[in-house]
Amino acid sequence: MRKFIAYVFVAVMMAGSPAAHAVQPDEIMSDPAKEARARDLSRELRCMVCQNQSIDDSDAPLARDLRLLVRERIATGDSDSQVIDFLVARYGEFVLLKPRFTPHTVLLWLLPPLALIGGGVALWVYNRRRTSAGAAADPALLHLTAEEEARLERLLAAEAPDKKA
Amino acid sequence: MIAEAGHYALVLALALALIQSTVPLLGARWGDHALMNVARSTALAQLLFAAVSFGLLTLLHVVSDFSVVNVFENSHSMKPLLYKITGVWGNHEGSMLLWVSILALFGGLVAAFGNNLPLSLRAHVLAVQGWIAAAFYLFILMTSNPFLRIASPPIEGRDLNPVLQDIGLAVHPPMLYLGYVGFSISFSFAVAALIEGRIDAAWARWVRPWTLVAWIFLTLGIAMGSYWAYYELGWGGWWFWDPVENASLMPWLAGTALLHSAVVMEKRNALKVWTILLSILTFSLSLLGTFLVRSGVLTSVHAFATDPTRGVFILLILCLFIGGSLSLYAWRASALKQGGLFAPISREGALVLNNLFLTTACTTVFIGTLYPLALEVLTGDKISVGAPFFNLTFGPLFVPLMVAMPFGPLLAWKRGDLAGASQRLMAAGIAALIAIAVLWAWIRGGATFAPLAIGLGIFVVAGALTDLVERTALFRAPLTTAFARARGLPRATWGTALAHAGIGVALIGIVCETTWNSEYIGSMKQNETATVAGYQLRLDGVTQRQGPNFREMIAQFTVTLDGETLRVMTPSKRNFTTRGSSTTEAALLTRGASQIYISLGDANADGAIAVRIYHKPLVLLIWWGPVLMAFGGMLSLSDRRLRVGAPKPAKPARALQPAE
Repeated sequence: MRKFIAYVFVAVMMAGSPAAHAVQPDEIMSDPAKEARARDLSRELRCMVCQNQSIDDSDAPLARDLRLLVRERIATGDSDSQVIDFLVARYGEFVLLKPRFTPHTVLLWLLPPLALIGGGVALWVYNRRRTSAGAAADPALLHLTAEEEARLERLLAAEAPDKKA
Repeated sequence: MIAEAGHYALVLALALALIQSTVPLLGARWGDHALMNVARSTALAQLLFAAVSFGLLTLLHVVSDFSVVNVFENSHSMKPLLYKITGVWGNHEGSMLLWVSILALFGGLVAAFGNNLPLSLRAHVLAVQGWIAAAFYLFILMTSNPFLRIASPPIEGRDLNPVLQDIGLAVHPPMLYLGYVGFSISFSFAVAALIEGRIDAAWARWVRPWTLVAWIFLTLGIAMGSYWAYYELGWGGWWFWDPVENASLMPWLAGTALLHSAVVMEKRNALKVWTILLSILTFSLSLLGTFLVRSGVLTSVHAFATDPTRGVFILLILCLFIGGSLSLYAWRASALKQGGLFAPISREGALVLNNLFLTTACTTVFIGTLYPLALEVLTGDKISVGAPFFNLTFGPLFVPLMVAMPFGPLLAWKRGDLAGASQRLMAAGIAALIAIAVLWAWIRGGATFAPLAIGLGIFVVAGALTDLVERTALFRAPLTTAFARARGLPRATWGTALAHAGIGVALIGIVCETTWNSEYIGSMKQNETATVAGYQLRLDGVTQRQGPNFREMIAQFTVTLDGETLRVMTPSKRNFTTRGSSTTEAALLTRGASQIYISLGDANADGAIAVRIYHKPLVLLIWWGPVLMAFGGMLSLSDRRLRVGAPKPAKPARALQPAE
């Protein structure tokens, strides 16, 4: 229980800020609110020399430079989107881990929801077609043919002695 | 001599694979039993020679024969024996050899234990295995031969990448490959069924255990890799949505879908065409993963273009197998007859829903991983797709999946009773709501999302247990009856419940770790104390030590909680002289499922040392979840229903089960 209270305490302190990073002690800004903003931004920015790592995670010197740059911009009073725009202007879209919705990335953003909707519609159509086809064939399915009846009898008869044993 | 013998064994394995891939097919066509049986002996012999080849490469690494390029580039005489062995697959050539050896192993297992398969089916399955094996033997021999010699052998090797010198390398790649390659069996079965034009519930019974084996290994392999990254890379992250990780996640998602659709096929003879397609897709994604990781295309499209031999070769294999099997599918699938009708609200319906969400999740990962590559090739534009994208697109797909998950096992086949299932899940729902309310009350103003997600996790766990409680009549019947019923339950039922609960457990871990993680980043001098999540960590001092092939700086921390000393933690930083690179060895202190994590940065001139300390609440649940899932899989695998050809149960224990 004491541990639980500790978590909750931490939760209140952190207000839902995740972590995992390679931020160095000397980079941290004195204003915690600005530092939190810098951390959130860092998680969305790619370390361009790494494999899909954010600058928040990366140990690379370039990532450190970018982290310092982000903090510098924040210190001069830039808003989050201004910082992002500045970095994109300087390094291109490649720096964003979450690509913007542009003509280039339409498919990227739309394909996953379309796959879900398309799959759902396909299932619905398929189900309708099957049930209507199934209903037509239903009377035949409901009753066993004479041949099947006979086979069932045989099987049941063969099973019976087993059960006693 | 050893290298040449290994090389020769590999060539022989190729020759055997070529025989295995042709002769049995002719035998099946002509109805010749002797020729069909060739598949069995060649598969076993192929396994023998692949194993010899792999064993000899291992021997070369163990004796540090630096006249072999592969050993020279990846080993060092001072390296501990364990890493000399694991170093065999810590490089491209060796890991490909491990890949084909495991492929040969699976082929050999089918040959050895497939006695109850119809002869022509076994011949076809092993022939398809032979095609895959032959393609990869050719790939190794032509582009990635691990047995090449150096004209003038150097005295010392270049050592293995220090990050890989860890017990993780001993476990993670073999597990992952057992999973990846294990799906080749369901692929071969699917292609064999298409060639034969015959598929029935018995087919699903044969395929399911193999799929399950592969899935268990892949689950453990991915979890193990994630934990390895967590403690080795030094910043406490456990999943990065890195393309290499995505490459292993895609077959896992497709394989999980396959596992579920195969259930429908086995029990109800429905979804046949879809199950065949999933079998093909799952292994295709394994091949795609191999291509992505092994071709160098991920580091950059340009790296791929400068040395394309390997990449193009794997790409050809990829096109040949994926294109070939899908064409065969398009041609023959319509010949397969559909069976078993079912209402949308039914066990089958729930499993179809599962498949819809899992395949969509898989598609999302696929698009996110390949889109940047495709865009760069087509337009030259470079974009990045990383964690924020996947969290936004992949995450929401799992919410409906997990909400629906507890309902599935409670619904009857053919036509289910949703209201009845909801009623039975009432207790689980109430437990989840209470958890949400309590968490919300505790953390007023904090993260709003976390309590809901934890509530969902609790709903999944409690929902999975509900099924067991229902079936054993716990709380309703006397304890002895419940116990007897619990023993009479099929192990597959236990397996399902545990595997589903595992998902919930992992979700709770993920949410707790990402939401309530606390951290300290700072420079510490001797006898200074940092406080993280109520724990006091005092830096006692820093010492230097000489390891077998590295120098190490060790810091000693004493951890106290409320004045009581818990333990001494010793994180370190290793410098590997040969490669001039360093690794951080994080120190972990486990308290229940939570961990304190310390990793060291660089030492300053004034004696202070950069330190990162995290307290990660319930972080271990992230890996306990998959372990629970894998354990559920193993229980399910041990169910006698899945042991093909197992005699019927001697006593009709079924009498104890409640009617479904």
